[in-house]
Order: sequence, then structure tokens, then C-alpha cells
Amino acid sequence: MEDDAPVIYGLEFQARALTAQTAETESIRFLVGTQSLKYDNQIHIVDFDDENKIINKNVLLHQVGEIWHISASPADKSVLTTCYSKTSDNKVITCAAMWRMPKESESGNHESPDDSSSNPQALELLCHLDNTAHGNIACVLWEPMGDGKRLISLADNHVQLWDLQESSSKAVISSSATLEGKGQLKLTSGRWSPHHNCTQVVTANDTAIRGWDIRSMRQIYCIENAHGQLVRDLDFNPNKQYYLASCGDDCKVKFWDVRNINEPVKSLEEHSHWVWSVRYNNSHDQLVLTGSSDSRVILSNMVSISSEPFGHLVDEDELSDQEDNHQDKRKEPLQDSIIATYEEHEDSVYAVEWSSADPWLFASLGYDGRLVINRVPRALKYQILL
Amino acid sequence: MRTRRRPGRRSQALYCPGLFPVKMSGAVPDPPAAPGSDPARKRRAHGMLKLYYGINEEEKPGEKRDPLDPCDINAARFEPELYLNKLRKDSSLAELMDQESGMVKQIRSLDSDMQTLVYENYNKFISATDTIRKMKNDFKKMEDEMDCLAANMAAITEFSARISGTLQGQHQQITKLSGVHTLLRKLQFLFELPARLNKCVSMEAFPQAVTYYTKARSVLHQYQNMPSFQGIQNDCQNIMAQLAQKLREKFHDRSSSSSELSECVELLLRLDEPAEELCDKFLSHAQSRLEEELAGLEAELGAGSDQQAPPPVNTGSTDILEFIDKGCNNFVSSLCLVIASYQDLFISCDRGTLVSGRLQDGGLASRDVPRMASGKLMEFVDRLCGRYFSLVEQRISAEKGVGDNSLLVRALDRFHRRLQAVSKVLPGSGVPARGTEIVAGAARGRLRQYLAGLKSFYLDSLTDVRQALSAPRIPGKEAPSLAEVLGGLSSAVLNQVKSVLAYVHLFTAKDVSFASKAYFRGEFCSQGVREGLVVGFIQFVCQSSQQFCESVGEKGAPSTPPALLLLLSRLCLDYESSTISYILTLADEQFLGQDQSPLTPVSVLCADAREAAQRLLNHYVKLQGLIVSQMLRKSVETRDWINTIEPRNVRAVMKRVVEDTTAIDVQVGLLYEEGVRKAQSSDSSKRTFSVYSSRQQQRYAPSYTPSPPMDQQPSNLLSNIQKLFSERIDIFSTVEFNKVSVLTGIIKISLKTLLECVRLRSFGCFGLQQIQVDCHYLQLYLWRFVTDENVVHSLLDEIVASAAHRCLDPAPMEQSVIEVICERG
Repeated sequence: MEDDAPVIYGLEFQARALTAQTAETESIRFLVGTQSLKYDNQIHIVDFDDENKIINKNVLLHQVGEIWHISASPADKSVLTTCYSKTSDNKVITCAAMWRMPKESESGNHESPDDSSSNPQALELLCHLDNTAHGNIACVLWEPMGDGKRLISLADNHVQLWDLQESSSKAVISSSATLEGKGQLKLTSGRWSPHHNCTQVVTANDTAIRGWDIRSMRQIYCIENAHGQLVRDLDFNPNKQYYLASCGDDCKVKFWDVRNINEPVKSLEEHSHWVWSVRYNNSHDQLVLTGSSDSRVILSNMVSISSEPFGHLVDEDELSDQEDNHQDKRKEPLQDSIIATYEEHEDSVYAVEWSSADPWLFASLGYDGRLVINRVPRALKYQILL
Repeated sequence: MRTRRRPGRRSQALYCPGLFPVKMSGAVPDPPAAPGSDPARKRRAHGMLKLYYGINEEEKPGEKRDPLDPCDINAARFEPELYLNKLRKDSSLAELMDQESGMVKQIRSLDSDMQTLVYENYNKFISATDTIRKMKNDFKKMEDEMDCLAANMAAITEFSARISGTLQGQHQQITKLSGVHTLLRKLQFLFELPARLNKCVSMEAFPQAVTYYTKARSVLHQYQNMPSFQGIQNDCQNIMAQLAQKLREKFHDRSSSSSELSECVELLLRLDEPAEELCDKFLSHAQSRLEEELAGLEAELGAGSDQQAPPPVNTGSTDILEFIDKGCNNFVSSLCLVIASYQDLFISCDRGTLVSGRLQDGGLASRDVPRMASGKLMEFVDRLCGRYFSLVEQRISAEKGVGDNSLLVRALDRFHRRLQAVSKVLPGSGVPARGTEIVAGAARGRLRQYLAGLKSFYLDSLTDVRQALSAPRIPGKEAPSLAEVLGGLSSAVLNQVKSVLAYVHLFTAKDVSFASKAYFRGEFCSQGVREGLVVGFIQFVCQSSQQFCESVGEKGAPSTPPALLLLLSRLCLDYESSTISYILTLADEQFLGQDQSPLTPVSVLCADAREAAQRLLNHYVKLQGLIVSQMLRKSVETRDWINTIEPRNVRAVMKRVVEDTTAIDVQVGLLYEEGVRKAQSSDSSKRTFSVYSSRQQQRYAPSYTPSPPMDQQPSNLLSNIQKLFSERIDIFSTVEFNKVSVLTGIIKISLKTLLECVRLRSFGCFGLQQIQVDCHYLQLYLWRFVTDENVVHSLLDEIVASAAHRCLDPAPMEQSVIEVICERG
């Protein structure tokens, strides 16, 4: 019952952008976007063969610039968006574009890694999210569980909703909202809520967290000073409405019930530097993953504020008499705890992601170019399942 | 025979043989023992003599001799024939010869013994015969005299019989006459009684009247069927009714003194007034007077509080001691008086009550009266004391000052002492117990007030410190240094604690009457003073300081000045190291509780204080780091690094960072020790600088020689390997209690921020060069503040490397140029 050793995949470049291939539910696949100012940037399609513990990679060229953010379409597994920066006239601007991966690279595991690295293929551009008027795009969000037709982009102080038309070859801003205030406001990250028919989006700027209703494009709530310093990332609990996790430069991870924004439901302070990324597990929302610039990844079990605070509830009928003691154990609320701290990275970890195919598997990406794939410890897995 | 040697004596012995056996049969005579004779021999001689005279003495239990043995020469049944035969049969000739000579010897010695005895007793025989002879003569004379006496007595008897016979008649007459005389005198008394009573009443000699009346009452009652007596009785009754009326009036008269009252009551009781009614009346009378006194107290209380409320200056209208004094002197002493006289009258039943009870048909009433009376008394005392106590409690609760409480203690002492008097007069009353409760309650209240006072004092001093820290510096006048402020704060707090302890100590002073109560010896010392006051205060200090950590977090504007955090941290640390144990020892010495309840150990408090100090210091580091970080972040974020000009200077913000760090260093240095550095290079910047620069060059040398992407791997690999061997740096981590550790924490936080910010930007050629210059400048000045300068170096290296990575056109500046720029700056 030894836990599997972490699998490490090295990139040649520094990288910040990581996403799971959301539409893919069969094989474990992550997309990584690199950052290099001097060379052509790449998108690595990392396939993890769970049985053989082998990583297969497929590299696609992303020639337009270094990738700051990447997200995969929830409907079409060959479609993805990137936010990239390019330099023109001694100015750096950040744009976003939608791409389609070439057919054969989707199933990257058929090729040998050596072949693909020798002649990397290029991405096929679908369209630009053209908003030169509105400034730099920080991130692009797909509509969760949607048909891959709607996007939201966060650009400086604008929230923009895009409709994709003509089989994704054209993107049109259908509505937008602007954050007004003194000073230069800049949205740093955001998240599209999977609840309420996907009508809510939450954004972070500086120390504040704001919720938006995308039907009216109005702000619906605002948590001022959610963190002592910058808020770096957000995530919605996929199974519990109104619950939201945030992390930031004050080394804290906070859990909010947005119906009561005065104080967090829970606050963790386990990292020793800024927390850059927080992710709920898609199926078991007590599992929360955080990545920090202290080079650590921490997996926490926040069972008390999860959708299953008493553990996995089994129907009474299924319980036979001999399982009585099991039943007793489940009745008491479980304790929140840190499950594991992963220290495989040597540099800041800017992104962590759960796999979309295997709920017990996650990847973390460090600035040293290391993609580390880890599993939830078996003991915990069985504890949650049984 | 040896007797011949004393011929004279033998003849004397033979002279009166009859006396010899008399003397011998008496108690064992103690013949003068022949010199050298032993007791055993003597006894044997006696035994033989006894045998000779046929006295059968019982055998001594120790001697087991068969008296019937015919062969025993000393036995009663000795048969010479048998003995001789036996001897002859059994013994040889030599033995026989021995036997014979032994026998002869024995016979001789027996002979001489007998002679000695006879000789010794001879004198006594002679004197005995003389005495008897004399007695015979005397008896004859006496017989004659007795005869004469008998004759005389007979004559006397005859005469006396004759006299009594003649006097018989007259004697009876005399007795009768004297009886008549007394009767007449009694009658006269009765007839004169109304007049006398009247006189007494007019003279107000009530006790006299009552005495007369009670004397006559039974007689009058007995003979009331005779008309003349009935008249007298009616008269008397009328008079007495008047008298009783007068007494009652006097009784009801408010002005009459209590001794008069008790006299009245006594008389009324003797006049068969019902005791219960009297009790009630007496008590109600006493109550009205006591209530007047209570009302006086109440008025004073009201007036006192009224006066106290609007002008707080005029608190001295009646201080508590005066108030209690008044209460004691008026209320409590008259209460005692009332109780005492009441008990005299109604309860100690030897007097009036018993008399009336006896008259009032039977002992039942007399037995019930004291019980009833004492019940009433208890109720009465409880009621009044209840009111009194509530007044006292009100007055005590009005005592709010946190200063000296010697007045209060003295007042409480007096209060308590006086109540002891009540308990003496009225044992079994709950009043003293309640009084003690009030005193204990007051003490508890004082403790609470003192704790609150200490807390507010502490908070006030913190506010003062805050103001002192944030006050703008007056030119020409040096602001007080942090250490001075800390010293002032801690000594002020300590003095306050000490003075409070001294105040509280008054409660347990030896001369205070309630100090010996169980509460004050046990619970007050341990739970009240030690746990409640001292431990409570220390915990408050720790908690309140932790609140300073939590209240921060508002962006940009920390609610607590960092200097205060630092100061509090040092304060808590001082508490941990010495102050707590000092205060507790002080408290334990002064308040030696005999209570076994669990006490908070010093170690727990110290741990609390240490934790608080640690949190404060960590928070201080975070806060200062944040302030520096904000500066750095803003400076990186707001600048256009691509289009920047060629660096000519170190950026102002870096100078500011160094200045701030130096200021922090000074600030921390005032309160914390230097701390330990790792292998510090004495040759300051020069040497470290060369290491730094060489490493730096080695580090990004590959990055500006153009190479295909895959070739860049060695540089990454190199840096990764380097990182593998360098220790992981925890940025926001716990710091130690010394200056270097604090500064290291702050610098780490700041540099890490700079690193992360640099990684988010893209740089032009001059941008990178500017970063190089800045980092070099920081490197020049920051190494001296930290524990391990390698930490600074590796972070700065990382920053420059990251900037080089993020540079569009990486053309690093010459090291010498950097040095020149930095030195010029």
C-alpha cells in the first residue's frame, strides 16, 4: 500500500500556465504553457499513463509570445485559449487567443516523445479575442459545463463576456462590465461559478473579491480586504453553492460563504510565502490543493466545510448489521487537517490543477519548469470512498 | 541442756506459766532475732512451737510437706518408732552416727530458741499482770459513782414530769395567741393594702406596689367569697389596673429609655400580662427606634450618593468608615442592648416569666414562653439586620475608587467586629455569618475592581506609549528612546501591581478581625488574589498583546505602529523571563493561602507570555517586511522596465529600503540583543562582493550567448543543482528573539517580494542593468543585518537571474560600472 512516488516532468522553459484538459475524461492530460522571451514558446500536452506510470508528451509551438494563462474548452478537447504577452514597439501587451490543436496531437500517447520534440507542430489559430481598446487580458474563463460557446475575459478593469460564432472562428463581446474606482484597478484573476446556471463570476483585484452577475453585468457582492495583501487566486466549491476559496500574498487560504462576506468561514495559514493557486477537487470538495511561492504544494482535507461534513453518507439500507461500528464512526464530524505537503519543487509553484479524468490525481507546475504529478494518499482515498 | 547457763531467767519463766501460751497464740510475735538466724530457721522453730501447743496452722502453699508422713520428724504424726526403724533399716552405721549427731545439734538449737523466746516475753507478762490488777481496783470505784448518777437522773426525771404537767394548759394558750397575732397582722396588711398601693402609685414606686400586690394576690383570691375581702380585692384590682395602665402608657411612650422599658416590662409580666403580647410590643417599640436609626443611615447614604454623583470632588461628605462607625454605634449597639434586655425579660426564665407562668396555670406556658420569645427575637433581628446589611452593601458598592482601600478595610473590620458582639449576645443567629459574607463579597468586589483597574491602567499606559511613539519629534528635544519607553511602561505596570497587592493585603492584615476567617485564609488568597487578580492580569497582558496581532490585516494601514509591537514583544519576553515569577512570588509571599485548590503554575503563564512575545515579534517582522515590500512592489510594478533609460544611479527606493532597514535595525537593537551571525566575514563587502559577482556571472553567462532552446537546459540545470544544495528558505517563518533574526526575517520577506515582482515583468536591456545596480546596492548594505549573508546573496542572485530571464535583450552591465555607480550613490 505504498503511495505512488510523484512523477516529474521537466520542461525546458520556465512556465506558469497549467490547465487540465477539461473536456477529456478518459485519459489524464494536462496542458502547460511556457514562458520564454527569447525562444518560441510551447504548449506541452502531458499525458499520464496511469498503469505504466509513463508520461507521454506532445509539444506544440505557440509562436506569438509567452503564455501567462491557459484554459481548455469544456466542450471540445482540441480547443484551448491562451493569454500571452507580446512585445511590439518596446511595449508589452497581453492578448488572448483561441486555438485548436492539430488532430494527431490530441492523442499524443501514440507518438514517441523523441519524435514529437524533433519537429513540433504549430497550433491552429481559431480567433483572437480582440480587445486592444481594453488593455491587457489577465485570464480567460470558459463557461463551466457549457457548450464551449461562451467565454469571459478579464482585462485590466473590465469583465467581458464573449460569444463564439461561426464555429469558433469569431468572437464577439456580448456584454461587458467595468470596475470603477480610484487608482489603476486591475483584475488579477477570476472564476466562473458552476452554480446558479452559470450566471455568476467572481474576480479578484488587489485585496478585494467581487462577485458579478453576468446577466446584468452588475456587481453583486464585494469582499473588501478579503486578504491582507493581493488576492492571487480563487475557486468555487463545485458541490456546494456559495462556497468560495481564495488565496493571496498574506500566505493565507480563506474559505468564504458569499452570503456572509464579513468574515471567512475558515482561514488556513500553512504556507510560508504567497499562495498563488487554490483548487477544489471536482468530485470530493473536501480536498483542497494550494501552491505557493515557498515552493510547496499542500493538500488539505477541509471536511468540516465540505458538502460531506460527516464523510461519505451511505444509505441506511445498504448498511448491514455487521457494519454498525462503521456507521458510528461516520456520525461524528471529521476534523480538518493537512493531508500532505509536497516539496518536489525547487522554485515557486504558480499553478496547481486536478486532473479532469482521475479525481485522485493532480499536477503542480513550478517556475523551475517542473511539472509534478501526484496522487492523493491511498489511505485517505479509501477513507473518503468507504 | 543449755538452759542451765541462765538459771535466773528460767526461774522467772516458770513463775507464770499461764501467760506463755496467751502471748504465743496472738499475732505472730516478732522475737528479736538471734544474730545470724535466717528466716527459714525461724519459721521452722515457730512451726515446731505451734506443733507443741497444738495449733494447726495451715501449710504455706510453697511448702510441700506431707503432714501425715510418720517419718517426718517435723510432721504432726511423727512416730518415733517408725522413724527409728526406718533409720536403722535404711542407713549405714556412719549415716546413723551422722543422723544422731545432727539430731543432737537440732535439739540443742531448739532448746536455746525456746529459752530465748521465754526470756524475751517475760517482761511483758509481768506488766500485764500489774495492769490487770490495777483495773480491778478502778472498776470497783467506778461502779460506786455510776450508782450515784443513776439515782440523780431518776430525781430529775420526776421533777421535769411534774413541771410539764403544771405548764400544759398555758402553753396551748400562748401558741393560739401568737397565731392570732400573725393573722391579725396579715389582715391589717390586707386592709391597708389599697391605701399603700395608692400611695405607691402616687409616689410612682411601681415595683413596690407590684411586690405588695403579688404578695396579697393569692390570699385575696382565696377569700374572695367573703364580702369584706372582695371589697379589698376589687379595690386592689382597680388600683393595679390603673397601675398597669400607667405602665403601659409608659411602655408606649417613645421617650422612655430602654432601662425604664425593661422595668415596665418586668412589672407587667409580674402582673400577669400575656408574655407574647408584651414581646410583640417590646419588639415593635424597639423596632421603631432602630428603624429611626436605619432611616438616618439611609438618609446619609442617599445624601452621600447624591452628593457624590454630581460633583465627584466632594466625595468626602461621609466616607465609608464614618458611615460604618455610625451604623455600628447607633444601630448595632442599640440592637445589642435590645437583645440583651429582651433576653433578660423574656428568655432567661428565672424571673418574671417564670413567676407569671407559674401563676398562669401550669408549667406549659412557662416552657413555651422562652421558645416563642426567642423565635420572635430571631425574626426581629434578622429582619432589621437584613435592612441594615442591604444599606451597608449599598454603601460598600458605592465605594469605587481603585486607590487606597485602608478606609474600606477598617470600616469592614469594624463592621465585622461589631457583629461578633451580636453573635455573643445572640448565639445561633445567622447575622454574623451574613456579615462575614458581606465582608467576603466586598473583598471579592474589590478584587474585581482592582483587576479592572489594573487592566485599564495597562491599556492607558499602552495608549500613552502609543502617543509617545507616534508623537512628532520636537526639534531640539530628543524623543524618548524605545528602551526608555519600555522601562517606563514595565516599571509603571509593576508598581501598579505592587501597590494593588499592597492594598489588597490590608484585607489579610493580622489586626483585621475577619482575616482569620476561612475565606480570607484560603480562597481569598489563592483564588481571589493569586488566580483572580495576578494571574488574571498577566493573562490579560498576554491576550491583549495578541489582539494587536489579530487586529492588523487592513491593507496598507496597519492599525498598530510596528514600534509598539516590538515593544510589547519585549515586554512579554521580559515577563516570561522574570516579571511573572517575580510578581507571583511576591503574591505568594504576601498571601500564603491555605487552600488546596489548583493554582496556575508559573510555567504555564511563562509559556503564554513567550507565545505572545513570539507572535508579536513575528507580526512585527511581517509588518515591517510588508511595509518594505509594498515600497519595492510599487517600484517594480509602476515602472516601464522595457523603455527605461540607462542606469546612472541607484534607484531612490533602494536607498529608502536601506535607510528603513537601518532604522529598523536601530529600533530593534534598542530592545533586543544582537544575536548570532553565521561565519561573518570581517572584510565586509569586498570579499563577499567578489563571491557574489563571480557567481552571478557564472550564473547568467549562458543566457546571453545565443543558443537553441534545448541548450538552455544546462543553465536551468545548473541553477537547479545549486538550489538543491542551498537550503530552502522559509520566508514568513518564526524568528528568534534577537536583532539579527528579526532583521533577517524582514529582509527575506522584502527580497522575496522583489523577486516575485521581477518575475512578473519583462525587462529591456537597461531595465536589467538597473536591477543589477539595485541588487548590488542592496547587497552592499544588507548583508550586515542578517544571520547568514548567503541568504541575502542567494536571493539577490535569484532576482538578477530572474530579471535576466525576463529580459528581452540581456546585456548585463559590467561589474566595475555597477560598482562605480553604487559607490557614487
